Amino acid sequence: MSILVDKNTQVVVQGITGKEGSFHATQCKAYGTKIVAGVTPGKAGQEVEGIPVFNTVVEAVKKTDCDTSLIFVPPAFCADAILEAADAGIKLIICITEGIPVNDMVKVKRALRGRDVRLIGPNCPGVITVDEAKIGIMPGFIHKRGVVGVVSRSGTLTYEAVHQLSTLGLGETTCVGIGGDPVNGTGFVDVLPLFEKDPETQAIVMIGEIGGDAEEKAAEFIKQHVKKPVISFIAGITAPPGRRMGHAGAIISGGKGTAAEKMRALESAGVTVVKNPAEIGLAVKKALGR
Amino acid sequence: MNVHEFQAKSLFAQFGVPVPRGKEITSAEAAAAWANELDAPVFVVKAQIHAGGRGKAGGVKLTRDKEAVRGLAEELLGKTLITHQTGPKGRVVRRLLIEEGANIAKELYLSILVDRDSGFPTFIASTEGGMEIEEVAAHTPEKIIKEAIDPAVGFQAHNGRNVAFALGLHHIEPAVLNPFVKLMENLYRLFMEKNAALVEINPLIITKEKTLIALDGKVSFDDNGLFKHPDVQQMRDLHEEEPLEIEATANNLNYVKLDGNIGCMVNGAGLAMATMDVIKLAGSEPANFLDVGGGATKETVAAGFRILLKDPNVKGIFINIFGGIVRCERIAHGVIEAAKEVQMTVPLVVRLQGTNAEEGRKLLAESGLKLDVANDLWEAAQKIVQLTGKAA
Repeated sequence: MSILVDKNTQVVVQGITGKEGSFHATQCKAYGTKIVAGVTPGKAGQEVEGIPVFNTVVEAVKKTDCDTSLIFVPPAFCADAILEAADAGIKLIICITEGIPVNDMVKVKRALRGRDVRLIGPNCPGVITVDEAKIGIMPGFIHKRGVVGVVSRSGTLTYEAVHQLSTLGLGETTCVGIGGDPVNGTGFVDVLPLFEKDPETQAIVMIGEIGGDAEEKAAEFIKQHVKKPVISFIAGITAPPGRRMGHAGAIISGGKGTAAEKMRALESAGVTVVKNPAEIGLAVKKALGR
Repeated sequence: MNVHEFQAKSLFAQFGVPVPRGKEITSAEAAAAWANELDAPVFVVKAQIHAGGRGKAGGVKLTRDKEAVRGLAEELLGKTLITHQTGPKGRVVRRLLIEEGANIAKELYLSILVDRDSGFPTFIASTEGGMEIEEVAAHTPEKIIKEAIDPAVGFQAHNGRNVAFALGLHHIEPAVLNPFVKLMENLYRLFMEKNAALVEINPLIITKEKTLIALDGKVSFDDNGLFKHPDVQQMRDLHEEEPLEIEATANNLNYVKLDGNIGCMVNGAGLAMATMDVIKLAGSEPANFLDVGGGATKETVAAGFRILLKDPNVKGIFINIFGGIVRCERIAHGVIEAAKEVQMTVPLVVRLQGTNAEEGRKLLAESGLKLDVANDLWEAAQKIVQLTGKAA
């Protein structure tokens, strides 16, 4: 078992003929993911590594069995691309693009409200279910099938944690990057119940960072509903207030969203909070009694 | 991106939000000429810097004497203002906003930003105008009024009425009820159309003449939306930014200067923050946040080196790269070439992990460069702290 995606997931890549899109579509396919279609307006009939390209997502849905979209469309056109996928009936939309205007995401999030569609990202590395489907830009080979579910606001910091889990022989079930933007599709509180329900996942690693209160909300949820051990690292204890630390959402504003506050909230919910990012793997090992 | 008060107010005026008559002034002569033209009962001379707390720091002067405006302008222009938001170095005042004073009957607070939870643009209002809203929220949370606007339909008059009646405007001054609703609508348009991240009026005043005026204003913009607005881009004031940060932006690097002495260069924002944290944990302080992006090519690494070495506080450099799609041996080549290009004057620790990390580390070790190679994050952090000495 796993969450969100598996070996049966069929993917359409929006923006497949671009540099990023074609490179990563190829990488995902090489990992074994079923990449069944690509979309670039005006480029129907072309192929990228044997993947047929369509003009619209509607067409891709009609001609293939795609149910999930992976988006590499440039930020100025990305809101449109997400809504195109939703309108075409795609159920899971994974948006990698960084730099989408916040107000565009405000409108997208509103438009997706109450509809049977899940958006992951934007500004995220994507989702991988180890040995089944890699739908994103993460390096596949650092993952090892195992027992830990990973959910994170960061990219390379997630790879760091995954590397530790794999090296220690614990391995991962599914790793979900929810992205570093202030307004995103899926939060910690959406992913945590999926891991809690997944029989294969024995422990959860949650990687947060400064800004917003997603970690505090997650802490509340964990206290009430999560029985599996949760191990967390929050980046940015040294970050100054009022400065954006790379991610659009990583900012302490009005004294809110500090790492210390989040750590306190998580600790009081029974989460193991590690201060040293080099010790995430060891903390999981300990929590699992291995 | 932040802008000055005079720029915020010009946007307010453009969107129909009432502001005092005023003008941006950069010389004493212009100040005198404008005072003559303005011919107001009270003149307000306000230093324009990107920081709050100007009043307390002596950056806002009032006079009833038209002839005194020139002297006040002379006094403020070129002065270094130190407020609780500028840091100890303060900011040099290069421009002023000189405007007509107002007859204040009541001060209110009004702002709009996106609520991250709901994803809705949300107004925040309070009768406690002129105070810092964080203070009000901390001590008297019941005085904070919030109103979320559904972005699908935009601002509706009832949104404005909800706030106006909650503030008690019908008791305070019924004449401003409708103008207040209109003002909120205009503020919402400004917020959405210009891709603002925050629009704040503090204080929004009710005058003795029963009108509303935005007496002070602050607007900051979503950097991701700037490409849509050449007019806003032109408002950028490079004097208000850290020179090394300007250079970093020009090289497509994400850099934030800090006060410690270990320079760090990392790929990815989350890992960059974690690297700063681990430096602190090892007993020192990071000199910066620097994300060289997923690519980490020779060019980006070289630009990163140049920026880090320009910071006189930097006593050592820690490169932390997790090679994913980009293989570590290519990153090692980049580091070697870049280190040869720039004059390395401080200890360097390079930690490579991920794809082909072993090969990358071998290349670095055999490069003849004076550097330490590490494969573990904690080991690397301890090493660089050891080489540079702990923070005082």
